Amino acid sequence: MNFSPELEAKFAEIIGKYPPEHKRSALVPLLLFTQDELGQITAEAVQEVAKRVGVFPMQVEEVLTYYSMLHFPKPMGKKHVQICTNISCQLTGGEELYERASRKLGLGHKQVSADGEVSLEEVECIGACSWAPAIQINYDFHHNVTPEKLDELLDGLRKLN
Amino acid sequence: MLYNDPSPLETKVLTRLFGVPNSTSVETYVAHEGFVAFRKAAAMTPEAIIDEVKKSNLRGRGGAGFPTGMKWSFVPRNNPKPKYIVVNADESEPGTCKDRLLIEYDPMQLIEGMMIAGLAVGAKRGYIYLRGEYRYLVDILDKAIAEARAAGWLGTSIQGTGFDFDCYTHSGAGAYECGEESALLESLEGKRGVPRIRPPFPAVAGLYRCPTVLNNVETYCSVPSILRMGGEAWANLGTPRNGGTRLFCLSGHVNKPGVYELPMGFNLLRMIEEVGGGVRGGKKLKAVIPGGSSCPVLTAAECDLPMDFDSLKNAKSMLGSGGVVVMDETTDMVKVALRIMKFYQHESCGWCIPCREGTTWLKNILTRVYNGMGQKEDPALVHELASNMLGRTFCPLGDAAAMPTISIVEKFRDEFEAYVRRSPVTDLADIDTKIPVRA
Repeated sequence: MNFSPELEAKFAEIIGKYPPEHKRSALVPLLLFTQDELGQITAEAVQEVAKRVGVFPMQVEEVLTYYSMLHFPKPMGKKHVQICTNISCQLTGGEELYERASRKLGLGHKQVSADGEVSLEEVECIGACSWAPAIQINYDFHHNVTPEKLDELLDGLRKLN
Repeated sequence: MLYNDPSPLETKVLTRLFGVPNSTSVETYVAHEGFVAFRKAAAMTPEAIIDEVKKSNLRGRGGAGFPTGMKWSFVPRNNPKPKYIVVNADESEPGTCKDRLLIEYDPMQLIEGMMIAGLAVGAKRGYIYLRGEYRYLVDILDKAIAEARAAGWLGTSIQGTGFDFDCYTHSGAGAYECGEESALLESLEGKRGVPRIRPPFPAVAGLYRCPTVLNNVETYCSVPSILRMGGEAWANLGTPRNGGTRLFCLSGHVNKPGVYELPMGFNLLRMIEEVGGGVRGGKKLKAVIPGGSSCPVLTAAECDLPMDFDSLKNAKSMLGSGGVVVMDETTDMVKVALRIMKFYQHESCGWCIPCREGTTWLKNILTRVYNGMGQKEDPALVHELASNMLGRTFCPLGDAAAMPTISIVEKFRDEFEAYVRRSPVTDLADIDTKIPVRA
């Protein structure tokens, strides 16, 4: 399988961080960067990553199914809206934000829009407790989110494309 | 731009570069006594470095509060295997958001802390394990590491000292369990993040079964100031056996939530009132989670105490990871207990049965109570289940789920009872007579 030159360079950089006899260490970061680059982790990518780090594809799948940010076999949307409802966010309106986003997007927990553009997830603590309620859209943090700010962010999702 | 305004009550030691322009660069760091501690340490024996850290009374900032100097002294120096320095930047304890800032504003301080740990135990290589959600920090750290290499602060014979050291970032991909040290190492080796049986501890058999020092971000970040100021002076910032300052993450129902660096032993009520500007909306304080969601909850009446490891232990709670979650009088404690359990149930790795089943059943029972279908024995059942989980799981995640639950059901029993009283069927034996069965 051919990856883009950028992803190949990223692969080389990541694998190079570990002693050659322990290149399996690169597995989780490789899968995460592959998902970010390709938009999903395909069965083909699993085979390829397995080859690169010297494990069986089954061992890759075993790892894939453990980590909550790795979505396999079904990918999340291109814009993945993650709303924290854990304790600090719950106390400051995180649940209301989640309900609001769910209604507005017409999506439930871990559901993806029909066109594959947008998805929603109720997530556990994202480490933004002192600036709660907080959400992440892909990797971008948004702190002290009000219902109005949420509407604005959600309205902007499709405009970005 | 800073995430929150600093408080005049802060003691800026680890956070001294927060808000300084271009604080992540080598030049800024060097201009602010950066790497002075490393130069000092490079002229010392490893034993002397560890002694200085012991003198500082630095205790692990990840949550357990284990004395750092002692942890470093467990690394067998005569072991022929390579040794590793691993940073736990998998910050995921609910209520905690400090390590993020230490990396974002002062990555060089972390790198210097790792270098000094490397000198102390004879390690040449370090890894920084960041939670996957903190992708922007990978970029900041990668840039900082590249800059430090280019300026000769990482690599071979650093600044002519003959000491070789290099470090690398490693991204996780979403798993609270990977904050547990042995699970973190499994994950760093490219496996599922399940815990290892201990002993052997990482100091003896850690990454790739080699001797490994594994500490929290804030712990490593404390080391440069300890070497600069001297262990004793650093210890004196805090209380006996609890040296230095600590980054507290104030969140929940306070007027000025934020991350604040305060001396160890700072009074909790004063922290809420004077640093946090008091409870939001002039409401009364009901309860506080003092150190991240795994810590037993304190009632308002219990909050007049110094925030250090020993004082919190005496109050039958924990200082934990520094996440102080403030709850006002309107807070529904049954809902809080359920939300906390939902988290631990989601994050249980499933490796051992008491944790996997215990958290699942506790979540089910708490859900039943919260949804108004509680049984009269449920409060006692929650208490019993959680108590039986305590100390009987493979790793501390089971305890982390049990401890807050036990404290909430003990201290706010009346709220559980009130929920159960509202339930239409409080005894399953009555189910036939009270619920009409449709033909």
